[in-house]
Amino acid sequence: MRAFTTLDGLVCPLDRANVDTDAIIPKQFLKSIKRAGFGPNLFDEWRYLDHGEPGMDNSRRPLNRDFVLNMPRFQGAEILLARENFGCGSSREHAPWALEDYGFRAVIAPSFADIFFNNCYKNGLLPIVLSASAVDRLFVECATHLDYRLAVDLDKQTVSTPSGLHYHFDITAHRKHCLLNGLDEIGLTLRHADKIRAFEATIAAERPWLR
Amino acid sequence: MSGQTLYDKLWARHVVHEEADGTVLLYIDRHLVHEVTSPQAFEGLKLAGRAPWRIDSVVATADHNTPTDHWERGILDPISRLQVETLDANIKEFGARAYFPFRDPRQGIVHVIGPEQGATLPGMTVVCGDSHTSTHGAFGALAHGIGTSEVEHVLATQCLVAKKSKNMLVRVDGELPAGVTAKDMALAVIGRIGTAGGTGYAIEFGGAAVRALSMEGRMTLCNLAIEAGARSGMVAVDQTTIDYLKGRPLAPAGADWARAVDDWRTLVSDADAAFDATVVLDAAEIVPQVTWGTSPEMVCGVDGQVPDPARETDPTRREGLERALHYMGLAPYTPIGEIAVDKVFIGSCTNSRIEDLRAAAAVARGRKKADSVRQVLVVPGSGLVKAQAEAEGLHRIFLDAGFEWREPGCSMCLAMNADRLEPGERCAATSNRNFEGRQGQGGRTHLVSPAMAAAAAVTGHFVDIRTF
Repeated sequence: MRAFTTLDGLVCPLDRANVDTDAIIPKQFLKSIKRAGFGPNLFDEWRYLDHGEPGMDNSRRPLNRDFVLNMPRFQGAEILLARENFGCGSSREHAPWALEDYGFRAVIAPSFADIFFNNCYKNGLLPIVLSASAVDRLFVECATHLDYRLAVDLDKQTVSTPSGLHYHFDITAHRKHCLLNGLDEIGLTLRHADKIRAFEATIAAERPWLR
Repeated sequence: MSGQTLYDKLWARHVVHEEADGTVLLYIDRHLVHEVTSPQAFEGLKLAGRAPWRIDSVVATADHNTPTDHWERGILDPISRLQVETLDANIKEFGARAYFPFRDPRQGIVHVIGPEQGATLPGMTVVCGDSHTSTHGAFGALAHGIGTSEVEHVLATQCLVAKKSKNMLVRVDGELPAGVTAKDMALAVIGRIGTAGGTGYAIEFGGAAVRALSMEGRMTLCNLAIEAGARSGMVAVDQTTIDYLKGRPLAPAGADWARAVDDWRTLVSDADAAFDATVVLDAAEIVPQVTWGTSPEMVCGVDGQVPDPARETDPTRREGLERALHYMGLAPYTPIGEIAVDKVFIGSCTNSRIEDLRAAAAVARGRKKADSVRQVLVVPGSGLVKAQAEAEGLHRIFLDAGFEWREPGCSMCLAMNADRLEPGERCAATSNRNFEGRQGQGGRTHLVSPAMAAAAAVTGHFVDIRTF
């Protein structure tokens, strides 16, 4: 996994609540057996005017110019600014894969759906929860400033605005450690292999029907 | 000190290791696997040169991509076919406790066949790369959906890295009126607390109306916990749970059965257990529910009407309502009963079990599909549900009514196979998500119970099943 330390990134605002993972990456693209290549189909039904299918040449498809991702001022964005309950619905990890593949490194919202939130950390994509009032303010600043950028510092757990505001965000020590160092979580868990085996031996005696 | 909730007990039983910040290695007993969210996990395992930790925890099937008709032709879409064949190859290479591949008589939706086979047992942790894994909580199990990285993590370590959720009790007192089902109960809960109301919580469903539900009804209820934002929903073990499990192929037998039952009976919340949040509904007040928008929380009774966004004061919510009504092609104040449907879908991991098909058949019996309705799909949840329905003659009732009787699978719930809505088509669906494009790009979904879906199929619009 790619490590995340600091980021100074252009912000793209997606001003909708309850953005579900079906919208982030529609089901037809889940037929892929690969982890990469979902970026061109991120928000496919909002981003293009035609119906997308796997294998299409996306560069030739008609764009919905009204959708934020297609606006010239947001090209190259690395931070997605979103509303509450972002990533609800299906557990598809293809959603964070698509966001990451497109080029996003962080998503800021007042709240996230649990499974999506968890999936982000496995892919070096940082989901940041800020208060609803802070997010409101960032939306206003983003709308009124061209080339609006935010600075994220994972070690300090801060989001800083060009106007000099600093917002603190929470993250568990375990997740922070894994992200800062780009660690393979399976490798970390396997350091406890003896504990897992001991647990299994206990259960085999107490509740043998579980196997 | 207060007692433990069911969730507290299930959690405590599975903690292998705990870090200072509360991050836990949680042991996983049952790993359900399907073709869509597993290929990258198996590939990751292979690339890292790792072996599965305990492959006999895996029960697998192909369900999302499989066609629901003309099985003799195989899977025509080459991309879908490759995904299903990739699962076949991975199970062949790594093994599984049980595998029900495409065209196996026991194949079906993973959340239908798990319980049906006795692969889901009380006291288990159950995970699957699918958000509707919450279904299995109906058995007093801790069950939730995971992402593909976690599928790989469970394959490699038999554990998940997890943080404990908070406890929520949703108590439904009293008795459901005739014609009102577990589906209506679940949608009423979502309407009350919203699609993020359960975020960060594990929900236990309790109260007399929940106790009175069959296992099928409890599965429907827990299935929809994720639509209320809760990764897991659960119902305490009682005699209904135990009666359902007895004799299932993967359930314990002999001396183990008696020991297991004694253990399972402890899987209830203590009388003095403390919940972080409690929501109480009166079952008698629940009416058949119909969603009118593009989120399951956009729901009302069949006797209601489409709301007016202008009455919403919060600007983000108002824009959300306006966008939803625009997408759904509905005007404010339209009575639900005046909404006409083009298609009807009876199926999905929410409502494709035998009880659901019986409820739909009871409405369809002796009636015909309305001429204005283009297609009515009835998709059983598994090959065994299909066989049971045919033994009871339910398929005859559906076929006589002009409905289509299909092979099992996820089908038009998410439209990964050929079953889908065309742009603008309106569907009464027994599934779980009415998101934009969920059943096909531009498709318009109204979530309802199986009986309500069948009634819409024969009348062409929503009707109140209580007076039908």
